[in-house]
Amino acid sequence: MQRFIVRRLLQGLVTLFLVSIIVFILGRLTGDPVALLLSEFSTFEDKERLARQLGLDKPLVEQYAIFVWNAVRGDLGRSIRGDHAPALKLVLDRFPATLQLATISTALSFLIGLPLGVLAAVKRGSVVDTLSRVLALLGQATPVFWLGIVAMYAFSVRLGWLPTSGYGKPEQFVLPVFALGAFMVAAFLRLTRSGMMEALDSEYVKLARIKGLSETTVVWKHALRNSLIPVITYLGTVFGRMVTGTVVVETVFAWPGVGRLAYDAVMLRDFPVLQAVVLFMATAFLLINLVVDILYAYVDPRIRYS
Amino acid sequence: MRLGLSSIVTSIIGLAIIGLLVLVVVFAPFIAPYDPTKGALADRLTPPAWQEGGSSAHLLGTDLLGRDTLSRLIYGARTSLAVAVLAILVSGIVGSLLGAIAGYLGGWINTIIMRAVDLAFSFPAILLAMVLAVVVGPSFLNIIFVISLVLWAEYARMARGETLRVREMDFVALAQVAGVSRGRILVRHILPNVSSSLIVLATLQVGIVIIMESSLSFLGVGVPPPTPAWGSMIAEGRSYVVTAWWLSMFPGVAIVATVLSFNLLGDTLTELINPSLQA
Repeated sequence: MQRFIVRRLLQGLVTLFLVSIIVFILGRLTGDPVALLLSEFSTFEDKERLARQLGLDKPLVEQYAIFVWNAVRGDLGRSIRGDHAPALKLVLDRFPATLQLATISTALSFLIGLPLGVLAAVKRGSVVDTLSRVLALLGQATPVFWLGIVAMYAFSVRLGWLPTSGYGKPEQFVLPVFALGAFMVAAFLRLTRSGMMEALDSEYVKLARIKGLSETTVVWKHALRNSLIPVITYLGTVFGRMVTGTVVVETVFAWPGVGRLAYDAVMLRDFPVLQAVVLFMATAFLLINLVVDILYAYVDPRIRYS
Repeated sequence: MRLGLSSIVTSIIGLAIIGLLVLVVVFAPFIAPYDPTKGALADRLTPPAWQEGGSSAHLLGTDLLGRDTLSRLIYGARTSLAVAVLAILVSGIVGSLLGAIAGYLGGWINTIIMRAVDLAFSFPAILLAMVLAVVVGPSFLNIIFVISLVLWAEYARMARGETLRVREMDFVALAQVAGVSRGRILVRHILPNVSSSLIVLATLQVGIVIIMESSLSFLGVGVPPPTPAWGSMIAEGRSYVVTAWWLSMFPGVAIVATVLSFNLLGDTLTELINPSLQA
């Protein structure tokens, strides 16, 4: 087991290394930072001086090394606008809001999608089943940003039940969580349903029924456990799929999170901030994938040897 | 493999919508009543024909520049489908080839390609698209490039898995014994046998790509104006959602209907060809 963990960690580090190279190269492609920072009336000597100060006259490899060294110490540059706040600080300030949104949406989607999937599988062909499947199909076909706008229009503007935007009070969580979670509910529902349908047809369920176990026990204790593997796989990838959703939901609802920070940075061409967001998210990603893979290997020993 | 009644019904619905879509896309210049990029400011923000203030001249109303919504919707279909088809073709072909090569040849080639696949999976697509939009500016080709960069890995992974399964089969061994070169085996024997799963994957991907493209257009890093795109139409309509609800509503419905129909088709194909892929 230890060998697997070490191997996975090394793989993760290599990937992180490659990601940082890509981010670095993209950064150098955005154009001359000197031209961005100085006005067009500065002299040639001024430009030279700034270039030397920023270390732009050194060879590219050395620049990359400095970039990595700074990054590891938490210095990812400064925003080009306003008060030139450190980019990493901006990201860290916004991260809790995004994390809350993401976790609550995932948890709620799981809690709603899973039981519905089980019910749909158990009561196959019934109204519940058909309704659930229609909901799942719609959930996966609806773009997150449009759902957010429609929900905002229906429940905020027309009905006035919920606030349109902002962060802090519980009511303000409802619409963003709904918009972000809809497609996840659909996914959990479908995965659980198909897993359950397969499980309910299997030999061990027949055995459990013959043994005389109550249907509730059979369904919720035995069948469900064995149909959870695809669901857990999906849970592992859900963070990645959610990044797009977070960016658009935060933009639509003016949510003070990392996604909106990225969007604003793009609009204002604030590359240091955008770079910080990308690096941060990629690292978070890799960490989560690492944890998921290790958990997986713990649960299913066959994976350790692949 | 027999299909249940509900599957037949849903696949017919899906195919019908797709058929309609293809017709619209192909005959757009003949169907669209107006030029989608030209608007008459005097007609700006006209409601749809069935509401008061609306007229039959603009069935679905006009936007803030007086451009006809229906025409923009029709041409937006072209944008979405063009991006989807091109992105999937590029990423599908490149990804499948790389995956098959990795699966068949193994060794260090496999390691390198799988490292690249991991890298592609660990990069949130939208952030990459946003960064590229800042670096090189948004354009039709850039969007296809970005989406392909994100999508190819999934084809590679599947192609590799299927190749690993196929290469143990007898006909491959026979070809190897007969002295057929590795390249030929790959192209003539392995690829045809892994392609069915890949085609199913491609069908399921269309919906994903359309949503991706519309999200990128919504954020302003997708297909640039004046080319009509459903995502940017929704973005433009956002500030007017209280007074001019039709601007954001119709493109959204179009997206849902399109993605839904491709998903239905993909589900039916999955049931038919490869039930192990279900859900």
